[in-house]
Amino acid sequence: MTTAQIELRHVSKTYEGVEEPAVKDLSLSVEPGEILVLVGPSGCGKSTTLRLINRMIEPSEGTIVYEGEDVTTVDPNKLRRRIGYVIQQVGLFPHRTIAENIATVPELLKWPKAKVAERIDELLELVGMDPEVYRDRYPSELSGGQAQRVGVARALGADPDVLLMDEPFGAIDPITRDRLQNEFLRLQSTLRKTIVFVTHDIDEAVKMGDRIAILREGSQIAQLDKPEVILAEPADEFVENFLGSGAILKSLTLKRVRDIDLDPLVVLRDPVHRGQALTALAESGSGYAVLVDRDNRPVCWINERSLNSSSELAKAGREISVQLQPEDTLQDALSAMLQSSSGHAVVVDGTGRYQGCCTIESLAHFVVGMGNGGTSLETTGRSA
Amino acid sequence: MDGLTSWWDFVSNRGDQVLTTVLETLTYVVTVTVAAGAVAITLGVVTRHRPFARDLSLAIASVFLTIPSLALFTIFIPLVGLGFAPSFIALFLYAILPILRNTTTGLAAVEPSVLESARGMGLTPTQVLLKVQLPLAWPVILAGVRVSALLTVGISAIATLVAGGGVGDFIKSGLARLPLPNSLESIWTGVILSLALALTIDIVLRGLGRLTARQPTRTV
Repeated sequence: MTTAQIELRHVSKTYEGVEEPAVKDLSLSVEPGEILVLVGPSGCGKSTTLRLINRMIEPSEGTIVYEGEDVTTVDPNKLRRRIGYVIQQVGLFPHRTIAENIATVPELLKWPKAKVAERIDELLELVGMDPEVYRDRYPSELSGGQAQRVGVARALGADPDVLLMDEPFGAIDPITRDRLQNEFLRLQSTLRKTIVFVTHDIDEAVKMGDRIAILREGSQIAQLDKPEVILAEPADEFVENFLGSGAILKSLTLKRVRDIDLDPLVVLRDPVHRGQALTALAESGSGYAVLVDRDNRPVCWINERSLNSSSELAKAGREISVQLQPEDTLQDALSAMLQSSSGHAVVVDGTGRYQGCCTIESLAHFVVGMGNGGTSLETTGRSA
Repeated sequence: MDGLTSWWDFVSNRGDQVLTTVLETLTYVVTVTVAAGAVAITLGVVTRHRPFARDLSLAIASVFLTIPSLALFTIFIPLVGLGFAPSFIALFLYAILPILRNTTTGLAAVEPSVLESARGMGLTPTQVLLKVQLPLAWPVILAGVRVSALLTVGISAIATLVAGGGVGDFIKSGLARLPLPNSLESIWTGVILSLALALTIDIVLRGLGRLTARQPTRTV
């Protein structure tokens, strides 16, 4: 953790005939194992900055340091073989099979054949594609999501320490994108690669980034920090505008259900004494109680009306449509509450036992704490 | 029916001449296609990142194709004499354009993202050319080669006028003796041999294309 994986020192890029530099005196260091997201409006130079790192674009001034070594003047092709590169349009070779595509860099590095074949299968499995099915297919036979999975596998081909990703999920439909992002974060939690990730989408930045660099024109860093800090304390007006009005909603994706105080509500167990239950319900003021079974698993919502009905309680109650787990984000909790017939969301542990409820009040209480720059920000709720 | 039997008599009595002229035409096709292919593909490759040089060479190659063939075959006689040489030069100049055009088109059609990712993975410019650009452009280049080969079969019939031989000999001698006996049979022999050669070469080159193409042909 002492030396940065990648360091840009006073790097500038000026194109011929253009007065304003695309990148102006940028210094940036990327720590080993982190995802650093470069985000900013289009034309701010974030892609240029990314391409300076593997010298797809040569810097006009400044130094690029890779693992402590100055690589500003080494053979760029050798440098690129040590750095994975994923682009939005993927750019798979259409005349080569999936296996041959993934083998590109290992073959350039002259790995023995058996090792390459082993690596291909390993990588296909890693990105969730059956090697038996996909190994000998051609890129034209893949969907957009599958193609980008192969793109990631190919970038990981020779097991580089660093991945550069230029809007990798930008051309993919929202549902698949969300799944790919989740899969990628899961992958990263075991791979621990150093990743520089470019996007123009602040939501993606908040979701993917361990740290976010918000860039303005000329690749000037407007703010560089953990996502929760940026959301809570934007450095200036530019950052605030870029975050947009939904900063609080975005910050809900960073916090987990386990971070907030759950409301226990009134819990009812068979056999229920209806009179006592009615009193308890009236006293709690929440309007709903949770009926649990013998193993403490929630069965249904109970309100005054179901207590007064003559039928069996389990049938008179309202269905619990969504159950949350402590690992779910507060955004999941919010949407569960909106779907729930009671306005609350039940939280259960891994074995399905009742833990308590997420209520609008508990969420609002938590959000107010965040807005005050409160202590709740100190611990990050993101899974590593 | 009469015409057909008398044509067949004509051909079967001249087996040696048929063989010689077919071989002569075939020599033109092979040497011209190989030479023009080598020059045009090299030119297309060298100028792939230089739009001005590429457009200039395409323009020059187009000019050749607009020169009447009779003229192009004869203007080199003062330099190289009669026979194979002036015919070869003329046919070579004609054959450049189809291959050059298809080479530049094929190379330009390679997706920029494919080149970007190839470069990004550390392929050298030569590796990008040999492993990515040429294989992807190959089907298009080969189509150009086929056009040039067929063009050569057709135009090489003119070679007979500068004593260059080939199946055009039958057409010329028939034309000169018209309407004497066997003159029409002679012309038909030249035409049919030309067609048969063109057809065979087309089939061979198509087969070659199928063998060397690495594009996926199956469907999911």
